[in-house]
Formats: sequence, C-alpha cells, structure tokens
Amino acid sequence: MGATFVGMPPFPQAAHTALADTQLRANLAHATSTIRDKRAHVVGEVDDWEALCSKAARIKDETLAHLDEHLVRLEESLTARGAFVHWARDAEEACAIVAQVTRAHGADEVVKVKSMATQEIGLNEALEAAGITAHETDLAELIVQLGQDTPSHILVPAIHRNRAEIRDIFRRAMPGVDPDLTDSPAALAEAARRYLRQKFLTADVAISGANFAVAETGTLVLVESEGNGRMCVTLPRMLITVMGLEKLVPRWRDLEVFLQLLPRSSTGERMNPYTSMWTGATEGQEFHLILLDNGRTATLADPRGRDVLRCIRCSACLNVCPVYTRTGGHAYGSVYPGPIGAVLSPQLTGVAANASLPFASSLCGACYEVCPVAIDIPTMLVHLRSEAVDSARRRRLSAERSLMAAAAWAMADSERWTRALRAGRLGRLAARRRALPPPLSAWVAARDLPEPPRETFRDWWTREGQR
Amino acid sequence: MLTCINDALFPDTGKAVVRLLRRLGVDVDFPTAQTCCAQPMINTGYLDEAVPVVRQWVSAFEGYDAIVVPSGSCAGAVRHQHGLVARRAGDPALERAVAETGPRAYELTEFLVDVLGVEDVGAYFPHRVTYHPTCHSLRMLGVGDRPARLLSHVRGIRLVALPAAEECCGFGGTFAVKNAETSVSMGSDKVRHARDTGAEVLVASDNSCLMHLGGLLSREQAGMRVMHLAEVLASTEAS
Repeated sequence: MGATFVGMPPFPQAAHTALADTQLRANLAHATSTIRDKRAHVVGEVDDWEALCSKAARIKDETLAHLDEHLVRLEESLTARGAFVHWARDAEEACAIVAQVTRAHGADEVVKVKSMATQEIGLNEALEAAGITAHETDLAELIVQLGQDTPSHILVPAIHRNRAEIRDIFRRAMPGVDPDLTDSPAALAEAARRYLRQKFLTADVAISGANFAVAETGTLVLVESEGNGRMCVTLPRMLITVMGLEKLVPRWRDLEVFLQLLPRSSTGERMNPYTSMWTGATEGQEFHLILLDNGRTATLADPRGRDVLRCIRCSACLNVCPVYTRTGGHAYGSVYPGPIGAVLSPQLTGVAANASLPFASSLCGACYEVCPVAIDIPTMLVHLRSEAVDSARRRRLSAERSLMAAAAWAMADSERWTRALRAGRLGRLAARRRALPPPLSAWVAARDLPEPPRETFRDWWTREGQR
Repeated sequence: MLTCINDALFPDTGKAVVRLLRRLGVDVDFPTAQTCCAQPMINTGYLDEAVPVVRQWVSAFEGYDAIVVPSGSCAGAVRHQHGLVARRAGDPALERAVAETGPRAYELTEFLVDVLGVEDVGAYFPHRVTYHPTCHSLRMLGVGDRPARLLSHVRGIRLVALPAAEECCGFGGTFAVKNAETSVSMGSDKVRHARDTGAEVLVASDNSCLMHLGGLLSREQAGMRVMHLAEVLASTEAS
C-alpha cells in the first residue's frame, strides 16, 4: 500500500519495527500489565469512583469555560506572593523565556523535574542551543537522557527499558558510576541517587512542570513518587515552572478530587509518596511561572476537541491500549504517545504533522472506559480522521477516496447495491489468488479471506426467505 | 437490518437470525432497500461519503417497531454515529429522521433479552465453545452479560471462559488494512487465548471481528472454527 491511503506512514512503518522487537514487546507487556492490574485494584477500592470521575470532569469543564478569568486570578494571586508570571504563546516563546531567565541568573546548568510540558516544547534542546545544560532528575527521565533516547510513555518514560538495559546505560554514560554495577533495582537506584545528589547540591536553577495550579491561592502542585522533584523545587535558589494553561483549578478544595484520582489512575497507588505545594516565592528563592498556550486556546475553541483539555496526564489510556501495549510510545513519533497522544498531538501541533496518529487505533474504546475525566477518545479520533481526510480532499484524488466514493455511490441505492453484490460474487475467483491489489493485499498477508457464498442473503430472501 | 458484510459474505448468519426470531414468534422482514450503516466511511473519516448511505439507511428502516442488528458495531454506528453524519449534512430533516429511527435499532442480544424478555431460546449446540465479547457491543452499547446469559441456556454446550476476553481482537475496520501488522499482532494474541481454551468454536456477535479471527485461524490450520452467536442460538436438535 502506498501513500495514497490517508494516514499510512509513518505510524505503520514505525510499528513494523516495534512489533518485531521482542525485547521491547516483553518489556512493554510486563510493565503495562503490572500497572494496569495495580490500577484496577486500587480503583476497585473506591466506592464512589464513578462519582469522583464525573466530579473531576465537571470541575475541568467549568474551569475551561471561564479559563480567562481563572488565569488572571492565578496571576494576581501569584504576583501578590512575589512570583513572576510569564505568558508564552508557543514552544519557542516558552523556551526563550526559560533561557533568558536562567541566563539572567548567571546559570549554565539546571536540574529538571519530570515534566511533559517541557518535553512538549523541546526545552532541553533549546537550552542546549543557548549553552545551558539541563539535567533530568526523575529516574526514568535520567535513563532516557543518559541513553540519548526519547521518552516512550507519559508517566513511565523509560518503560521500554528493562533493568539489564538500564544497567548498561548507567555503566556507559553515568559519570563516576561503579564499573561493576549490577542490575538489582536497589543498586541502580543507589547509583542514580549518588549521581543526582551532586546535581541537586550544585545547581542554582530548577525547572519543573506542575500537575495543578490553584487560582484562588496561587498554589502550584507537583505530584511525584521519588522525592527528586521535591529536591528540585526546594534546594536551588531559582525555580522556573512551565505549565500548560489548562492545568488550573479554581479552588483549593478542588484538589480533594484530583489528588484522589491522579495517583490511583496513574501509578496505581492510593496516594503518591510526594506532593509538593508552593504558593508564590519562598523566602530566599526566586520563582517564575510560565503559562503555556501552544495550541491550547485553539483546542478550547473547538467544541469537538476541547474535552482533551480535561486530561490530567495519568496515562491510564496508554496502559490499556492494545495498540500502545504492542508498539510502545516511540512508534507514535510524538511527545504524547498512545490514545491520548493520538488526539492531543494533532490538536497541539497540527493534523498534518501527526496525520497517521488518528488512524493508529482500532477504536476499541478501552481508553474511554478507563479515562478518569471521561474523554471520549474514540469519537475524537473519528473527528480527527475526518479532518485528515478533508484536508487531503483539497490535494488530490486518492485511491482510498475513490474506493469510498464508489462504495457510497453503490450503497446509496438498493438496486445498484444488489448489482454490486452480485458482481462481488466474482470475488469467488479472486479469493483463490494470492496476489491481490491493496487493500486486500494487506489483509491476505497474514489472514485468509472468507470464501464468498454462492448466494447473497438478499437473493436468498427474495427467492425463498419471505416464505 | 442484516449488515452489508453479512448480506454479501455471511448469509448463513442472516438465515440464522430469521430462523431464530421466527421461532420466538417475531414477524420478521428484510427490507431490501437496506445497504450499509455507513460505518466504514464514518470510521475512516469520510463523512461526506457517509451522508447518502445514512439517508438510504433511514429510508429503508423508518416505520418498523424494532430494527434487529446481528452486529454490535453496526448497531453502535446507527445509535451513536448517524447523528454526527446528519449534522455534517446540515440537514435538519435527516437529523430528525436519524433521532427517530436510530433508537429503535437493537443489537441481537439486546433485542432477545430486553425486548422479547427471553434468555432460553431453545437452542441445542453440543460443542465446546468460547465467547469473545466484541468491543463495540461491550463498550459502545454496553450489552454486558446478555450474550453469556443466552449461551448459558443452550443445551449440550460446554462454555469455556476466554482469557483476556475484553481485549480488542484487532479488526477495527480499515485499521485491519491500514495498520495490518498491529492488527494481526492483536489478532494473534486473541487467537492464542482462544486456542488455549481448547474450544472447537470461537463465537462472537460480530462477523467482521470473526472474519479477521477466522482468517488467522484458517491460515494457521488451527482446527478451530468461528461462528456467529446467532447461528449457535438458532441451532436446535432438529437442525
């Protein structure tokens, strides 16, 4: 099949490589099924889980409906507490602000808390271009960074690696590591701890994302497991937080809902080990918040797509997705992989740049079923598919469109359809051939075609079915 | 409503539905004006192309008390997607027609259990069977355990639970050819689980999923066949 089929490369090509990587398949199957089972267990413990989920979706919807007011409120609360608030229209602006603030502080090294927003804007690369070295401090992000790799999961960025591979990466790329390092989890954690402790103690600037921001108080909230984020937001003298502008909640008490939902949905824990909250600048520390748009207000304006802004980045949809759990995150070729990535990436960075993603789904609905904020991902994928098809309409007539138009023409009239079905019975001959044209060639590569019957149902019905 | 794929490729499923419903005292018609529910166009993103097909669907089915569909996926398209096609067409009359006719479409097991109120349909099927609950019947329509309840009353059957039953088989419409390798990797896991049960027959309520799984089983010479639930439920000691 060629590029005439809308949405073909690059996901199917990337998936081809991933599906054949048996180590990757084993790592993914093991990790995703473990998290999936843990999640199902702790969600099952909560009697009012459904009510919590609908409450969360409602809070998000209400917040998004008045986002402009809440954002201004947040800015006021923060500036009153000595923080600097910046507004970034896109990735380029956000990166430039971070670089400029860091430079003004005289720093050329920063420590980073795990953050999807900074991955989204390509901050590490931008800082490197500005002569600033960024050190990832989340264990999994560190593995990815030292391995000169890219994250493959929203929550567990090194999910594609097992501990033997991690040991090899540490031995190869971690300065000062024990050359006899074993692959025991405790030894790997200890090696990372020793390496990172140096960074925490010497870095002057930390960069983080945020899980939530409370508009009424100006409080930033960071949820994590390792405590490395806590080190970053407390030790260095300057903290820069990059946050998507949809992360905001209006009231302090809204956190009650989200701090229950997020850990259970993401890591499958009742409560995450570390929740850091800070309100404005702490004494002796300078704090900058960068509010990132990067396509979000355009998404907000789209009634068919805006629900995606409810997303709290729990990644439960990745762990249940039959496509993601087999291909992994790299196949998606976008910062946000999996089902949520397939709807989020086209909305943030354009349908054209992510043309194959909406098609990388069997529309099985497992993502919608598991989503704690009820994002109807399958319906959004269909909507994005139609956008991809509509933009291709303007370019040229594809083989696929001709096929669809021909089918629609036949199906719009029962006489034509009856004749088409009768002609289709000639397929009895075609089915015996192995060399079939696309899209049948893609089918028969691994699957037999059914033997077409001697008589269609409608012919049987007309002949004797009515009695 | 039989669905285009059953009409063209699996007429035995259609005959089984007719036999089963007549046995249960239902006055069955097959309006020959029907073609397709337009799901192939909708789910591939061809909404303009779906419009005339949805028009044809509405004109074929208006006026019936109940529209019985032996496919969760096609019933799901009728109930949950025709509205968006009508809105795309910008035709309020079509929107009204869709809103009027769509809700009377029932997936076969919904119709049997909820409308007719039967779970024991008098079937006899002396085989070892495992059942795959298809995604759209499960998650789009929420048919729940209706198929299992119907199967539990079938005489002679040995029903074996399918491991990881709720995971997608990988068919997914045009996904099966656009992402053929991923589709096959999902299907091969489903087939492996089915074979592990030692069943002779893999049953589901959607022939499109079964065409995919049956194609894999046939290529493997697995000695396991696929069959639509309607054919199991239509079987009697006489047949």
